[in-house]
Amino acid sequence: MDFSLTDEQRMLQDTVERLVADQYGFEERRGYMKHPQGFDPAIWGQMAELGLLGVPFSEEVGGFGGGAVETMLVMEAFGKGLVLEPYVASVLTAGALIADAGSDAQKSEILEALVGGELRLAFAHTEADNRYSETLVSTGAEKQGGGYALTGEKVAVLHGDSADKLVITARTAGEADDAQGLSVFLVDADAKGVTVTGYPTNDGLRAANVKLDGVQVGADALIGEEGQTAELIRLTLDRGAFAVCAEAVGAMSKACDITLEYIKQRKQFGVPIGTFQSIQHRMVEMRIALEQARSATMKAAARLQDGTADERRKAVSAAKVQVGEGGQFVAEWGVQLHGGIGMTEEYNLPHYAKRLVMIDHQFGDVDHHLNRFSAMMDMPESA
Amino acid sequence: MDIKFTAEEQAFREEVRAFLKAKLPKDLSEKIRTHRQLTKDDIIRWQKILYEQGWGAPGWPKQFGGTGWSPIQKAIFAEECALAHAPGQLPFGLSMVAPVIMAFGNDVQKERFLPRILSADDWWCQGYSEPGAGSDLASLKTRAERDGDHYIVNGQKTWTTLGQHADWMFCLVRTDPNVKKQEGISFLLIDMKTPGITVRPIQLLDGSREVNEVFLENVRVPVENLVGEENKGWTYAKFLLGHERSGIAGVGTNKAELRRLKEIASTEMKNGRPLIEDPAFRARVARLEIELEALEMTDLRVLAAVQQGTSPGPEASMLKIKGTEIRQELYNLIRQASGPQALAYQPEAIEDPEADYIGPEYALTAAPVYFNNRKITIYGGSNEIQKNIISKMILGL
Ligand SMILES: Cc1cc2nc3c(=O)[nH]c(=O)nc-3n(C[C@H](O)[C@H](O)[C@H](O)COP(=O)(O)OP(=O)(O)OC[C@H]3O[C@@H](n4cnc5c(N)ncnc54)[C@H](O)[C@@H]3O)c2cc1C
Repeated sequence: MDFSLTDEQRMLQDTVERLVADQYGFEERRGYMKHPQGFDPAIWGQMAELGLLGVPFSEEVGGFGGGAVETMLVMEAFGKGLVLEPYVASVLTAGALIADAGSDAQKSEILEALVGGELRLAFAHTEADNRYSETLVSTGAEKQGGGYALTGEKVAVLHGDSADKLVITARTAGEADDAQGLSVFLVDADAKGVTVTGYPTNDGLRAANVKLDGVQVGADALIGEEGQTAELIRLTLDRGAFAVCAEAVGAMSKACDITLEYIKQRKQFGVPIGTFQSIQHRMVEMRIALEQARSATMKAAARLQDGTADERRKAVSAAKVQVGEGGQFVAEWGVQLHGGIGMTEEYNLPHYAKRLVMIDHQFGDVDHHLNRFSAMMDMPESA
Repeated sequence: MDIKFTAEEQAFREEVRAFLKAKLPKDLSEKIRTHRQLTKDDIIRWQKILYEQGWGAPGWPKQFGGTGWSPIQKAIFAEECALAHAPGQLPFGLSMVAPVIMAFGNDVQKERFLPRILSADDWWCQGYSEPGAGSDLASLKTRAERDGDHYIVNGQKTWTTLGQHADWMFCLVRTDPNVKKQEGISFLLIDMKTPGITVRPIQLLDGSREVNEVFLENVRVPVENLVGEENKGWTYAKFLLGHERSGIAGVGTNKAELRRLKEIASTEMKNGRPLIEDPAFRARVARLEIELEALEMTDLRVLAAVQQGTSPGPEASMLKIKGTEIRQELYNLIRQASGPQALAYQPEAIEDPEADYIGPEYALTAAPVYFNNRKITIYGGSNEIQKNIISKMILGL
């Protein structure tokens, strides 16, 4: 067993942590949010320069060749700074999907520009009635001429309003929840028939609803094999879930630090409130929740890197449950232990609390992942 | 043991229901049902309707224009109002400062202030907390020094709910810094238009603007606005806490929100079926309903004791803890039920019921309401402080 990082990994971690420490002060972040995209394009450019946009991609397209551990390091640091940039949308979900299944032409067209910071993507899967399902897709793609016509509506597409191209899941065959017949398309955000309605989210990020009204695409818009992409979609959603788990670990650790500092310094009844045992124990429980979430996320990293699909799915679900419950615990008690100040927009802690709670609304909530885990749970032979 | 309501109480419930059906404006109940923000005018409009009915002050004795209702009647009224999605009555005048004025104020103060509270002509806010004095309220520092016929007040209050609308603030101030901290506090009524008062809004994490900082700089308050005796303010504040707590369990509101949760979970789809059919989610709703049923009985037990003349003591702390925990879990489940569409933040639509928004109506407010209601375990004596009270007063620890 060796939990230590390689030299390269440590360098990556230093790079990201420095970027966050230097550029992501709480007040600066407030300024970035005012950009119409909801983040500062200049920071996106810096991320490109530092090589961060290529972390999971192969060296051929200018990437770093990193795996899940590298992703985890980046996302944890981002979580500490509540980074606003569309890293999960562009790089870790939509980008990674193209790297996995895209044609050579798609890879060279998209990934190099993505790594260079010139192009952004978003992954459009969720629909109003599919909640967190991986395979329940109603958006349809009908064969038309040499290509397809896409019709349907995607909701809560993370950073969908700042993406140049959308990676969209659609049904080319089968019904409702069938795993067979799911396909993935690459569509220009400004193509005819695409309507993108962007909005801020409750945690200060951005998302969009994407309406597709008979959008015409060529056969070359297909990513992967027609009708055979259920596993690709599952993997992409798992990568997204894992990424926000690592982000949550960063946000939880920062929320714990802020709260610990506060209870040492805030005095009531003539003493720091951190001297009250009920507060001490709560703070201890917050730290335990953090460590449990971290451990589950590390296990998911390992399984993403070298596990079977089932092992990966189980470990990602376990992590998402730990993070969903533990993150909410840290968020709620972080606010409570602060008293009134923990309720305010002006103070940093509540922003961590909001992000931690809203993470449960992305890539499957606690119930979804509990359900998925329990279906795969090992059972004794006698049972 | 007979846990049924009497025939008279049932008849009273019918009367309240009929009144609400006839007089509760649809636009107000719709705003409450969908968790939209009420304006100052909305709150005043509803208080005036109640006032015209003679029900402006359910908690007051008849001699001051109240209803003289029994504790059980008050609970029935509160429950029916909540189930009909009536706006809450503003507590600061009606159930916070008025009981203190009735008990300790002089006749001039009673005549001057009480009728205008009842008719919603004056808007009151509560000036207790300070940046350095929250749970430890008695350590408050805002100074009031006597200068002829006036007190000169200097200091800062904070978390003042809806102080931006207020005509008056009831305020705890330090009049004697040289005695034990509880013994040098006085209870002052301050006209918010007095020169030297600055109100600065504090935005809460959900984006709402309901609390304020109130800065007081050489504010001249006529001595006639002192309630009761100088340096006895702490006694009055503690008396008030008893009043602030009747109805504290919020059973009616919790029932209304439980109903709403069930409606949402019947609309929202999960894997092609309504979410409420998901056994795991349904069990969580059931768990909450079981808790709420028990809380309702606990509340009625306390009310029945009050009706027989015992004053609600530390038991009220239990009602506050459970009532707020249940409310928070309700908003938690409503948020979770709303799924990915709860991500969108659309404050314009929350403020303006005419504005367009995307997604289902329930998802619009699901997350903001959940975040906003983290406050209920913090204010009105935090739940930690309530537990300290129970361990000391009930358990003798
Ligand atoms: C939305 C909102 C509206 C409000 N409206 C008003 C208003 O209109 N007027 C007004 O005067 N005030 C108002 N308040 C203030 C409220 O009463 C205080 O926030 C509350 O008393 C807690 O004080 P504090 O915020 O300073 O927290 P602190 O007292 O600093 O408490 C911080 C944490 O320490 C805990 N703690 C403190 N002492 C102990 C102890 N002895 N043992 C264990 N735990 C302890 C608390 O429970 C809390 O978790 C409002 C607050 C909020 C959030």
